[in-house]
Amino acid sequence: MAQSLDDISRQLKKRHRRSAQMKWLSMSALIAAGVFLVLFLTDMLIKGLPAFQQGYIEVEIDYSERAAELPLAAVQADVRDLVSRGYLRLIPGRMAENESLLGTQRMEWVLADDEVDQYLKGRQTGLKDKQIAVIDRLAEQGRAELKFNTGFFTNGDSKLPEMAGLASAAIGSVLVLIVTLAFAFPVGVMTAVYLEEFAPDNRFTRFLEININNLAAIPSILFGLLGLAIFINFFGVPRSSALAGGLTLGLMTLPIIIITSRAALSAVPDSIRHAAFGVGATRWQAVRDHVLPLSMPGIFTGSIIGLAQALGETAPLIIIGMIAYIPDAPTSFTQAATVLPAQIFTWAGMPESSYVERTAAGILVLLTVLISLNATAVYLRKKFEHRW
Amino acid sequence: MQTDQILITFFAGVLLLGVLGFFLGRSKAVRVRAGGAHMHSQPGQYAWFTVLSAAGPAVIVAMIAAIVLGLFETAFPGWLAVLGALGLGAFGLFVGLNRVRPELQARDALERAVKWVLIAAASISVLATFGILFSILFEAIRFFQMESFWYFITGTNWAPGDAFLEAAGRGEATEGPSGNFGAVPLFAGTFMITAIAMLVAVPIGVSAAIYMAEYAPNKVRDVAKPVLEVLAGIPTVVYGFFAAITVAPLIVSAADAVGLDASFNNALAPGVVMGIMIIPFISSLSDDVISSVPSAMRQGSLALGTTRNETIRHVVLPAALPGIISATLLGVSRALGETMIVVMAAGMRPNLTANPLEDMTTVTVSIVSALTGDNEFESAATLSAFALGLVLFVITLALNFVSVIMIRRFREKYAVNAL
Repeated sequence: MAQSLDDISRQLKKRHRRSAQMKWLSMSALIAAGVFLVLFLTDMLIKGLPAFQQGYIEVEIDYSERAAELPLAAVQADVRDLVSRGYLRLIPGRMAENESLLGTQRMEWVLADDEVDQYLKGRQTGLKDKQIAVIDRLAEQGRAELKFNTGFFTNGDSKLPEMAGLASAAIGSVLVLIVTLAFAFPVGVMTAVYLEEFAPDNRFTRFLEININNLAAIPSILFGLLGLAIFINFFGVPRSSALAGGLTLGLMTLPIIIITSRAALSAVPDSIRHAAFGVGATRWQAVRDHVLPLSMPGIFTGSIIGLAQALGETAPLIIIGMIAYIPDAPTSFTQAATVLPAQIFTWAGMPESSYVERTAAGILVLLTVLISLNATAVYLRKKFEHRW
Repeated sequence: MQTDQILITFFAGVLLLGVLGFFLGRSKAVRVRAGGAHMHSQPGQYAWFTVLSAAGPAVIVAMIAAIVLGLFETAFPGWLAVLGALGLGAFGLFVGLNRVRPELQARDALERAVKWVLIAAASISVLATFGILFSILFEAIRFFQMESFWYFITGTNWAPGDAFLEAAGRGEATEGPSGNFGAVPLFAGTFMITAIAMLVAVPIGVSAAIYMAEYAPNKVRDVAKPVLEVLAGIPTVVYGFFAAITVAPLIVSAADAVGLDASFNNALAPGVVMGIMIIPFISSLSDDVISSVPSAMRQGSLALGTTRNETIRHVVLPAALPGIISATLLGVSRALGETMIVVMAAGMRPNLTANPLEDMTTVTVSIVSALTGDNEFESAATLSAFALGLVLFVITLALNFVSVIMIRRFREKYAVNAL
């Protein structure tokens, strides 16, 4: 039966309607991803920003002889529970260092206990009514305030939430990344140079290529098993050390650096190589003096992206023991260290509620570093990219 | 001597030998040339020749010594190895310097040496793969000597803690395989969370790829691509925290509202968050594949009077299907091996259930808990991590292999070189 023109135009309308629906449907997927990102970042900001401020109270510190023995005696009984125990513990040391303190009494702004800090930020706490009354009185007199939390950036980890900071983890991260870069950058670039400039098209080369792709697909936790079995158990690298962590992450970063460096090398046109050969350069001279310098921006971009990924990696480092409690920053590559994401993981597992905001704040710091690293990479690429 | 002192001494020694070799080699070459002799190569090339003949033997000896020391810890003290390596390096420096003569073909020697150094560097990635394979394989074999392989694959009771108690002489001691290492609940938990993740990631990822490849104006693409890449760049520990602190309580209260009972460690929260993490992996590869379907096919279809929707559904997508499947498989392999999200947000209790609102644990969680506990390294409880790692390794490698083959088929069929 032949269709009437009416039928056909109705059908056509339907088909075009479907087509428009499809467009909106596919666009909504993209919007969903964007909305998630916004929600996620807002959530982290709401949770994490309060941690950049910390509660302080002004109390009278009595540097008596008794306080040198028993730090708790340095403050009056009513505020004794409100002052951070970590701060009190430092008093005898300070008195020993500065003998003129002995016998003096003065008003000082001191770090408050984490419960006080949470109360000042308007959260539910386990404080008793009597303590709350004291805090309210102090706040009325302007003696309880939130101040910028410098300790968060200068302290190491602590079992007291108000004392816990990122410094030792940040230094650990830097040490680990130095090892990672020192291992993965030369090896990765040399591998890329071999594959792009020297390798004949034979079985070994194809095997290498397949192998590098496989290495990129292996789950990160298995690199941790490798680090544990080879670096720590076999070669005797100290457990939890920046050296073990850096080498493990170096192997993980290797495929990223190789793949991006190869792309950068192959973007250099052959005419450059031919010109170098034409004036009698050997293959290595052509690579060293011409191809490599021209592809360096691309190689750096790839390496920065690889480093950013290594900086955010946690799973393999947990396996090789880098979640240890490290209050003091490591000073060498073989000392036990922890890294930023591992510190975040440790805090996330803490029972005290005041660690939640520190965890989120740590995440904000980590994300800021990662975004600036990636932005640097994009900037480098834009600035030095050569279009041939 | 401490490990770091040994390392520092060695690297400083090699550096010193190298610098010494460079300047001595060059000054000798310059002197010889000034004497009127016709040199085969440039002075700089003689300098590098000397550097290699000094540092090369030292580095090779040090690497052999490190491997021997790894095998037999007390074969000889570490400082002796450093002394031997540096001594040989000094000897090499002397010999190399002696060979700097006009007829020495330093340039060709250098070229050959560079090639071998590059091959050695390239072999490290092979060593890494085999290192992973063998380190896992050997420990896994030791595990299967203690426990039954068959029960590991088919058993439903995963209780490494009981195995620990038995080894300590408490609990019911059993001879031979204990029946505490049946990994099916772990596989089931991993499968459940991966399935949830793919249910989130595949529809959103592929739709986003279709929009970006087929509809989006360039301006939108320029914004959307980096946004998706940010999703891929967020560390997994951050996703884990988000899943545990924000998403899981939301799911619990949502389930409460409809009268369901959900655990705070439910499988849904890590699954959904993991799905979001995987979106960019799927969308970016799918986008590339869809974009490289030849436009002649689209034009042919549109010329027949089809709408854009029909062209995409009946022409472009079928053509791009191998690539999309390949992207999905890569996403699955990533989900299977993902660790931090499940460690932080999924449960620790092996639980064989089909209800995503219950808590369940995964292969990767069990690996982490086996290796972070206080168990002895030689115990079956610790070694079970390597058996699980072996399973993970084999499955992800197989998925990667299939995915590479699919992509290659697509590339050959449409003669695309950009992928």
